[in-house]
Amino acid sequence: MSSSTENFIQGEVKERIDRWIAEYPEDQRQSACMPALRIVQECHDGYLTTDLMDQVAEYLGMAPIAVYEVATFYGNYNHQPVGKYQINWCNSISCYLRGGEELREKLEEKLGVKTGEVSADGKFSIKKVECLGACGGAPICKIGKDYHENLTEESLFKLLDELE
Amino acid sequence: MVYQNENCFRLNHLENSWDIETYVANGGYEVWKKVVSGELEPADIIEEVKESNIRGRGGAGFPTGLKWSFMNREAPGQKYIVCNSDEGEPGTFKDRDIHRYNPHALVEGMAIAGYVIGASQGYNYIRGEFWEPYQVFKNAINQAREAGFLGKDILGSGWDFDLHVHLGAGAYICGEETALIESIEGKKGQPRFKPPFPASYGLYGKPTTINNTETLASIPMILAKGGKWFNDLGVKNAGGTKLYSVSGHVNNPGNFEVRMGTPFKDLLELAGGIWKGRQLKAVIPGGASTAVLPAEKALEMNMDYDSIAKAGSFLGAGSVIIMDDQTDMVKAMKNLSHFYWDESCGQCTPCREGTGWLYRMLTRIVDGKGRPEDIAALKDVSGKIMGNVICGLGDAATIALTSAVEHFEHEFVHYIEHGCSIYDRT
Amino acid sequence: MVKVEINGQVIEAKEGDMLIDVADSAQISIPRFCYHKKLSIAANCRMCLVDVEGAWKPLPACATPVTDGMKVHTNSPKAIAAQKSVMEFLLINHPLDCPICDQGGECELQDVAMDYGDDVSRYSESKRVVGDKYAGPLIQTDMTRCIHCTRCVRFGQEIAGMMELGATGRSEWMEIGTYIEKSIDSEMSGNMIDLCPVGALTSKPFRYSVRAWELKSHKGIAAHDSIGSNIILHSKNNEVKRVVPNENEAINEVWLSDRDRFSYEGINSEERLTQPMIKKNGQWKTVDWETALQFSVEGLKNVLADSTDVGVLASANSTVEELYLLQKMARGLGVENIDYRHRQIDFGMDQHGFHTPLLQDSIEVVEKLNAVLLVGSYLRKELPILNLRVRKAAMAGAKVFTVNTESFDFNYKVSNAQSDAGMVFELAGVAKAVADIKGAKHELVADITANDAQKVIAQALIDAKAASVFVGQISQLHPDYAVIKRLADLIAELSDAKLSILPIAANEVGAHLAGFLPKNGKNSAQMAQGMDAFINLNIEPEADFADGDNALAAMKAAKFVVNMTAFDSEIQREYADVLLPVATFAETAGTFVNANGLKQSFKMAVEPKGEAKAAWKILRVLGNLFNLNGFDYVHSNEVLQEVFDADTSAVKFSEIAIALPTTNNDAKVKLVSPYQMDAVVRRAPSLQATPDANVETMGRG
Ligand SMILES: Cc1cc2nc3c(=O)[nH]c(=O)nc-3n(C[C@H](O)[C@H](O)[C@H](O)COP(=O)(O)O)c2cc1C
Ligand code: SF4
Ligand code: FES
Repeated sequence: MSSSTENFIQGEVKERIDRWIAEYPEDQRQSACMPALRIVQECHDGYLTTDLMDQVAEYLGMAPIAVYEVATFYGNYNHQPVGKYQINWCNSISCYLRGGEELREKLEEKLGVKTGEVSADGKFSIKKVECLGACGGAPICKIGKDYHENLTEESLFKLLDELE
Repeated sequence: MVYQNENCFRLNHLENSWDIETYVANGGYEVWKKVVSGELEPADIIEEVKESNIRGRGGAGFPTGLKWSFMNREAPGQKYIVCNSDEGEPGTFKDRDIHRYNPHALVEGMAIAGYVIGASQGYNYIRGEFWEPYQVFKNAINQAREAGFLGKDILGSGWDFDLHVHLGAGAYICGEETALIESIEGKKGQPRFKPPFPASYGLYGKPTTINNTETLASIPMILAKGGKWFNDLGVKNAGGTKLYSVSGHVNNPGNFEVRMGTPFKDLLELAGGIWKGRQLKAVIPGGASTAVLPAEKALEMNMDYDSIAKAGSFLGAGSVIIMDDQTDMVKAMKNLSHFYWDESCGQCTPCREGTGWLYRMLTRIVDGKGRPEDIAALKDVSGKIMGNVICGLGDAATIALTSAVEHFEHEFVHYIEHGCSIYDRT
Repeated sequence: MVKVEINGQVIEAKEGDMLIDVADSAQISIPRFCYHKKLSIAANCRMCLVDVEGAWKPLPACATPVTDGMKVHTNSPKAIAAQKSVMEFLLINHPLDCPICDQGGECELQDVAMDYGDDVSRYSESKRVVGDKYAGPLIQTDMTRCIHCTRCVRFGQEIAGMMELGATGRSEWMEIGTYIEKSIDSEMSGNMIDLCPVGALTSKPFRYSVRAWELKSHKGIAAHDSIGSNIILHSKNNEVKRVVPNENEAINEVWLSDRDRFSYEGINSEERLTQPMIKKNGQWKTVDWETALQFSVEGLKNVLADSTDVGVLASANSTVEELYLLQKMARGLGVENIDYRHRQIDFGMDQHGFHTPLLQDSIEVVEKLNAVLLVGSYLRKELPILNLRVRKAAMAGAKVFTVNTESFDFNYKVSNAQSDAGMVFELAGVAKAVADIKGAKHELVADITANDAQKVIAQALIDAKAASVFVGQISQLHPDYAVIKRLADLIAELSDAKLSILPIAANEVGAHLAGFLPKNGKNSAQMAQGMDAFINLNIEPEADFADGDNALAAMKAAKFVVNMTAFDSEIQREYADVLLPVATFAETAGTFVNANGLKQSFKMAVEPKGEAKAAWKILRVLGNLFNLNGFDYVHSNEVLQEVFDADTSAVKFSEIAIALPTTNNDAKVKLVSPYQMDAVVRRAPSLQATPDANVETMGRG
C-alpha cells in the first residue's frame, strides 16, 4: 500500500463496482477487476494511481501485482493525469487513409498540445489509440464515451469549441 | 441486382429497430419460444445450423454447426456461451451496428446457442470503447428479461438463461477467444495455448462456446426460415449473407449486408465507388490481417471464401479496406505494422520482438533511411514470426505486409533508393 | 502406452505426456526456456519448436501431448529454422555482454545461443533497455536481460503461493517485475534465481564475487531445519560462495528455503573465531590448541572434583557425531545434565520418557494428505519445504486447519480456529468435537463444549482418507506443551489421523538418537537456573534460550565455562573461560537425521576458518585428555556406527494423566524469527535485512 490511505471504494464508487461483481459467479470477484479499474479511473479525473490499484486489489482479494498487470495491459487505463477531455484519436489504417494523421496534426496545433500531453489549462489531452472499430466514419475520435465520426477540420474544431 | 439486408440488418430501415416491440412485431423471439417449449430440439437446431452452412463470422470461418456439436449438452456442471464483440481489427465495424440496430437478434441468438450447448449463462464481451452499443444491448437484455425471454424458468419451460456483459478496456488481442476468456476472468488478455480448447476448458475452466456477434445474430433468422433458405442465399462453401464493412477511399463507406458471392465490383459500387474520381489501387478484403490484393485481382473476385482465396487473400471478418491510386503502400504498411506492434500481448518471443522489428524497419524506410537489405529482412523477419507463435496475431502481423512487399515491391525499392515515396516529387 | 517416433527413434510413452518430457526421457535434447517441469506450461518462449509430421507449422514440444504414431523431428531443417528464428528474436534485445554478466558460464541463453544463434545480429535498430527496481536484499535484478519466460512469475503464483512478481505492460513493453519498489518477501524467493535462465534475477549476496566456472561443487545437507534439504555448496579458494539446491524428489524436490540458501554468509562472517583463546586473570589471550584443551580439561576437572553440577548444552543444528561425542564425554565424566531444548518451557512430559519428534508421513506423502491440522505452527516459516508440500495438498483440495496462538499469514487457505480462549482450549474443543462425533468420552475434555468451527475441523479430520496432525514450533515454545501434545494425540487417535510432533532444528531427531537428553539430569530450563560449570556447543544462551537473560546470568555465575563456538562475541568473552573455534556445517563431515528419521551424512566442503577444527575432533581429543575410554576414533563414521545402534523412542501420550491449564497462556509464547534460530543464520546479513528476520514483520496478523 502506498502512502495515501483514503478509502476510495465507498459510496457510489463501491455501489457501481458491486453491481459489476454481481455479474460474475460468486467466487470470481477478480472478474470485476477491469470494471473496477474503469470506475475508479473515471471517478479520479481519468487516471489511476498505485494507491487506487492497491485499493482495487484489496477490495477484490487480488495480489496488487495482479491488478498492476491488468491496469498496464489494457490501453484504456491511464497512469498519468489527463485532460478534462481526453481526445482518443484513432491511429489505424482506415482513419489514416482518410487523412486522420494530418487532422491530428492540425488538432495539436489548435490546442497547442502534443499527443500524449495535457493542455496548459488542463482541459484537453490527446491520446493516440488503435482502431476504434468505426472505420466507416473515418476519421474518428472518441471523447469521453462518445464517438465523433467523419471529422473534418471544421467539424472537429466546432466540436472542441462547444466543449465546456 | 444486389440483395441487401436480409438477415442481421433486416430491421435497420425501421425506426427504433433496436426496440423489442419492433423486433417482436417482425417475428422476433418466435424461434426462442419454440426452443424453450421443446418444439425445436438441440439436435435439430444443430442440424439446421449445419445445413445453413454458416461459417464463423469472426474471421476464422469455422463452421458454426460443427463447433456447437463439440459441446456435450448433457455433461453436468456449468457451461458458458460467450459472444465475441471485441471487434478491434482495423477495418472492422459491423458488430457495432448489430448492437445498435438489432440487439435483440443477438440476445435471441445467444439464448438459443446457450440452450443448444447446455449453458445457462452467457457473456457478451463488448469492447470497452463501444459505450453506446453497450447501452443499447443492455437495454435489450432488460427488455428481454421483462418480457420473460431471459431469466429463470423462461416462459414456464423450466429452463434458465441469463446474459451478462463484460467490457473490454482497449486490447485488440482480447478478440482472440482464449485471451477473451482470460479477460473475463479479470486477467491480462493473453491467449492460452491450445489444447485444451474452450469446448473442454473455457471460461472459469468450464466448457465454453465462443462465437462472433454476427454469427450469433444470424441464428434466429436461420432457424426461422430454415438452414436451406440461408444456404441458398450464398454460394458453395459459403452459406447466407455477410456483413461487409467497407472503409477507406470510397465515397460512401459503411456496412453492407449482401449475399455471399456478391461480386466485389458490386460491393464497391454500393459503397459509392472510389472517392475523388480516382482509380482503385489495392484492396484488403478481410481486415488488416488479410493479404493485400492489387486492383486487377480484386475487381475479378466475388465476396466469398473460395473466390477471395483464389485471388490470394482471405475473407476474414469481411472488412474491406479500399486504397486508391494515390496510396503510399509503404506508409500504409507502416501504419498496419504499428498496430500489431502495439497490440501484441507480448508473451511469444517472435511476436513480441518481431513486430517491433518490422515496425522499426518500416519507419526507417519511410524516414528515408532504408537499406538495400531491408526488403529481404522484412520478408525474412515476417517468415520467422509466421507459424511460430501461439495465436493468430503474430501471424497476422506479417500477412498484409508480406503481400504488399510481393505486389508493390517497387514502392519499397523506391523508398530505399531515393529516400522518398514514389508519389513524392523530388 | 503409445509409440512415438522422435528422430527415427521409437519411444514408448504415456498418451498425453508432453513431447518435451518424452524426448528428455530418451536423452533427445530440445532447447527450452519457459518450460520447467515443476511449473505450469506457458509455451511462450517458443524455443522448443519441433517439426511434427502432419502439422503445417512447428509445434512447441513443451505443450504438445504425444499421440500414438506421432512422428517428430527435432533437428529437421524446419525444426532448426524455427529454433534459430526464436533464438534470433531472443537475442535482438538482449545485451551481448556475457563477460560482465553474473550469469556468464551458467546461462541457459548463452548455452542455447551457442547451438542455435548466428554470430552476428542483423538487428540494427536500437536495443531495449529496461529499468531496474529494488527487489530486496536477496535478489538482484537486471531486467534488460530478461527473456520473459515468466518462470519466476509462475513460481510465485504456483509454488511460493504469493504473487510478488508479474508481467506488466504488453508487447515489447511487457516487463517482469514488482512494478513498484518492493522487496520480494517469500521465504522461498531464492528459487527464482535458480529458475531464471538468464542473468535477470541473480543472487545479491553472490553478485560479482566469482565466475561460475571457478567454483568447486560439494554436496551437502542443509543445516537449518529438520527437512534435510539436499544442497550443493559452491566454493572458491576455500570459501563458500553460494549454496543451491541439489535435486531430491523425496525431500526438497528442486527447491531450497532462503534460510538454507543464504545462511552461508554466516560462515564467512567477520565474527568467526579463528583461534583458541583462554581467559586468565580476566585477560583473554590467543593460545595454541594444546594449551587451550589442557586449560579446558583442568578447569573442568577442578569443578568436577567436588561437583557434577556441570551443564552440557548444544544446538540441535549440530551433527549427530558432535552431539554423540559431547554427551558421551559428559556421561564419562559423570555429568547427566545434557540438553538441546533451550526454547522449551514445559518439560512436563520428560518424566514419562523422551518422545522423539518425527514426521510420521514421508515428506512426499504430505502433498497427498486430505486434511491437515496444524497445531501451534507457523509452518511456512518453520519448515518452508514441508509447508510447500502442505500447500500442494491444499491446492489439490485438502482442508488445512490451524489452532494457533495468533493468526499467521499462510500461503494457502487455512481455516483458523483461533479465539480469545487460547490455543489449548481451542484444541480441547476440537478434541471434544472429535470425541462427540465418535461417541467417545474423555476425562480431559469432559468440561469442554465444542463450537461449530471446532466441529468442522473434527468432521474434516474424521472424513479424510488421509489426515495428519502436525504439532509445530509454537507448541514447543508454549507453556502448555505437554497438554498440547496430549490433546493433539487424542484428536489424532480418535479421528484416525497420524500425529507428528515436528522436529524443527536440523538434527533434533539426531539429538534423540545420540542421547543428547537429560535422562538422569537437569533439563535446559533447570540448568539456566545456575550450574557450577558449562560446556556449550554452538549456542549463544542470550539468543537461544527461552529466557535468554536468565541463561546468560547462569553462565556468568558459573565457575568455569567452555564454549565450543564458531563465533567470537563480546558477550561470550564476559562469561566464558575458554573459546574453542569449531567448524560450521560446511567445514566438517557429519550427519543430520531429518524429520523422517533419514540419516544423511555429508563431507567437508571447505576447510575450517583459521585454526578452527571440526567439533567431533575436538571432542575426541578432550575425551582422550580426560582419559575416557572409547575416544580413539579415526573417522567420523566410527562414531556414527555407535549412534545408529540406538533407536527413536515414543512416549504413549494416551497413558499420561494430565489436566487442562486454568488460564490462557498464549501470551507467554515467545516467537522466534526463522532467521534468529541459530548462530550461523544470525550472522547472515542478507537474511537479517529481510522482514522475516523480525518476529514483528514476519507475516503475523
Ligand atoms: C488476434 C485475434 C483477434 C481476433 N479478434 C476477433 C474479434 O474481434 N471478433 C471476433 O469475433 N473474432 C475475433 N477473432 C477470432 C476469434 O478467436 C474466434 O475465432 C471467433 O470469435 C470465433 O467465432 P466464430 O466462429 O463465430 O467466428 C480474433 C482472433 C485473433 C487471433
Ligand atoms: S502471437 Fe503475439 S499476441 Fe498472440 S499470444 Fe503470441 S505474443 Fe500474444
Ligand atoms: S519451452 Fe516450450 S515454448 Fe518455451
